[in-house]
Amino acid sequence: MVVIQPSRGWVGLKLKDLWLYRELVYFLTWRDIKVRYKQSVLGILWAILKPFMAMVVFTIFFGNFAKIPSDGVPYPIFSYTATLPWELFAAALGVASRSMVSNSNMVSKIYFPRMIIPLASVMSSVVDFFIGFTILIGMMIFYKVTPTIATLWLPLLILLALITALGVGFWSSALMVRYRDVGYIMPFIANLWMYLTPVVYPSSMIPEKWRLLYALNPMTGVVEGFRYALLGTTQSVSGGMILVSSLIAIAVLISGMFYFRRMEKQFADMI
Amino acid sequence: MSNLAVRVEDIGKQYNIFQETARYITLREKIVETLKTPVKTLLNPTGSEKFWALRHVDFTLDHGQVLGVIGKNGAGKSTLLKILSRVVEPTEGLAEIHGRVGSLLEVGTGFHPELTGRENIFLNGAILGMKKSEIERKFDEIVAFSEIEKFIDTPVKRYSSGMYMRLAFAVSAHLEPEILVVDEVLAVGDAEFQRKCLGKMSDVASEGRTVIFVSHNMSAIQRLTQECIILDKGAMVLRARTPEAVDYYLTNDFSASGERRYTEEESSSAAYPFKPIAVRVKNPSGQVTDSLFSVDPLTIEVEYQLDADITGLRIGIYMMTSRGEFIFTSFDTDEPEKFQSMSMRKAGHYISRCVIPADTFNEGRFVIGINASSYMVKRYFSDERAMNFSINTTGAPGMHWVEIRHGPIRPRLDWRIEEIA
Repeated sequence: MVVIQPSRGWVGLKLKDLWLYRELVYFLTWRDIKVRYKQSVLGILWAILKPFMAMVVFTIFFGNFAKIPSDGVPYPIFSYTATLPWELFAAALGVASRSMVSNSNMVSKIYFPRMIIPLASVMSSVVDFFIGFTILIGMMIFYKVTPTIATLWLPLLILLALITALGVGFWSSALMVRYRDVGYIMPFIANLWMYLTPVVYPSSMIPEKWRLLYALNPMTGVVEGFRYALLGTTQSVSGGMILVSSLIAIAVLISGMFYFRRMEKQFADMI
Repeated sequence: MSNLAVRVEDIGKQYNIFQETARYITLREKIVETLKTPVKTLLNPTGSEKFWALRHVDFTLDHGQVLGVIGKNGAGKSTLLKILSRVVEPTEGLAEIHGRVGSLLEVGTGFHPELTGRENIFLNGAILGMKKSEIERKFDEIVAFSEIEKFIDTPVKRYSSGMYMRLAFAVSAHLEPEILVVDEVLAVGDAEFQRKCLGKMSDVASEGRTVIFVSHNMSAIQRLTQECIILDKGAMVLRARTPEAVDYYLTNDFSASGERRYTEEESSSAAYPFKPIAVRVKNPSGQVTDSLFSVDPLTIEVEYQLDADITGLRIGIYMMTSRGEFIFTSFDTDEPEKFQSMSMRKAGHYISRCVIPADTFNEGRFVIGINASSYMVKRYFSDERAMNFSINTTGAPGMHWVEIRHGPIRPRLDWRIEEIA
């Protein structure tokens, strides 16, 4: 039996409902992936080109001219290892933020747990990441970087990036239903965020006493974690930093879910 | 176990007026507004007027019942369906639903033009709440019903609108919930398609499924439902057996003026470039009235504006009894020569007028519906109950016998009486 009645204020997350609709998550993810690669001719090429071009520009300007240190590894692979998870995060955050508005038709016609929409759009961003990863493997061979046992941390670090994107995405997608100009603000926030994340520079540039504070940005943990897992750099990362980043990411996710659920009842009215 | 399927108790839904006009605001506006008028914002956080789209609606429905919901545009029908299908949350009240609900507020929700028919079947099925295994099981049936076998692996953006609708409806029609909530899905597509949808709907109804069905189409309501509720301005006016409810609906709450004027809101943008202005009935002396004599001819006028040229436009009237039975349908370009000469109707302000000869109607109330369409192209506008009028049979044939004459028409026939040998 389903009881329909007005809810007030903060409401439960209804994770059980989410589980019941798990197939829909799969289908929507699959739709987003399929449509993305059908629509753009560049498709796969684009997924490679974007992080690669960023790496080239970073290497020329930050690596060569500005001579930013790179924790003892060649600057190109140093920046690419960071660009890849950063792009994953930025792309996932972008689609998640727009997801509620771009699926407004579904939201106003059919009931399903709304959290599925940002969730599916975040999942669909993973494909680009794996395509870009092939380049990284090529670069590791080129620079003769031997993977260590630390590589096993990668799946967890990818998960951390996705959790962060999803958490922020819950906030921003719900806000965007209410305030459409959030759509213009998000790219700007993502841009600033990148420079607050050690993508083009190492965390080791930051005084040791500030590092834990710096790790409050969950993407710091992700990016430095990636370098540690793949390149074996140890100057810039500590277990404490990863822990701080993870805790913040989880806090953002949980708060985002609650905020999203609170706003959810108004979605169909406003969209 | 009780046989109760749906219980609705004092359900109400309130909207802010501003949500109707500008439904979202920008964060920048919000910040500026909050800074400018902190006191006002604190006192009245939404800063807008409210209205009730639906209020104090109560009803129960047993398993296996088919309930019709009728009412004018804006009466709250869609709001009720959206609440029952959990798309929007009520502002007050309670509804209990015993069983799995499937809602069809439109067909083809979530269809993506870039995906093929096959892919869209799975996607749409999942959105409607079907399991993958369930879709796989019904896949062949869905394809057969939609009659698009050959194009199943073609992206739906290449489909004709008819094919698209057929596929979309086919998926929806194979949803098998215990309780089905249906909005005017039948209002789209060509006549053939509508017939097919209606057929499928009556199958569903006769299978003993619980259905809540909203429609403007009185003949569909009569075919499919046993009981109806009538909504007006958000309130429930009547719950009765279908014939009684349809009769009540068609004869009540009309302006008794002999004229029906359309407001800007009623002529929806979907009707563009057709804009209805008025429908009126006149007696032989040219007076607009809703009460006429059967022995006089009567004139029906449809006034409208075209904001752009329309090719093949035809303006039609439906004549119905107060019970919603059709008496006849007629279009202003029924004459082939007229259709040829009016093949393109230029933008402008028009009246289409016809005269119904004397001695046509029997005593009672009659309903006029209007329709503006281009055959097989588009139905711009349709209002099946534009207005009604009553007929007085003083002086009609057979009035010297005080008895009820059955049937909606009362023609004066040229009887000859011959004596044979």
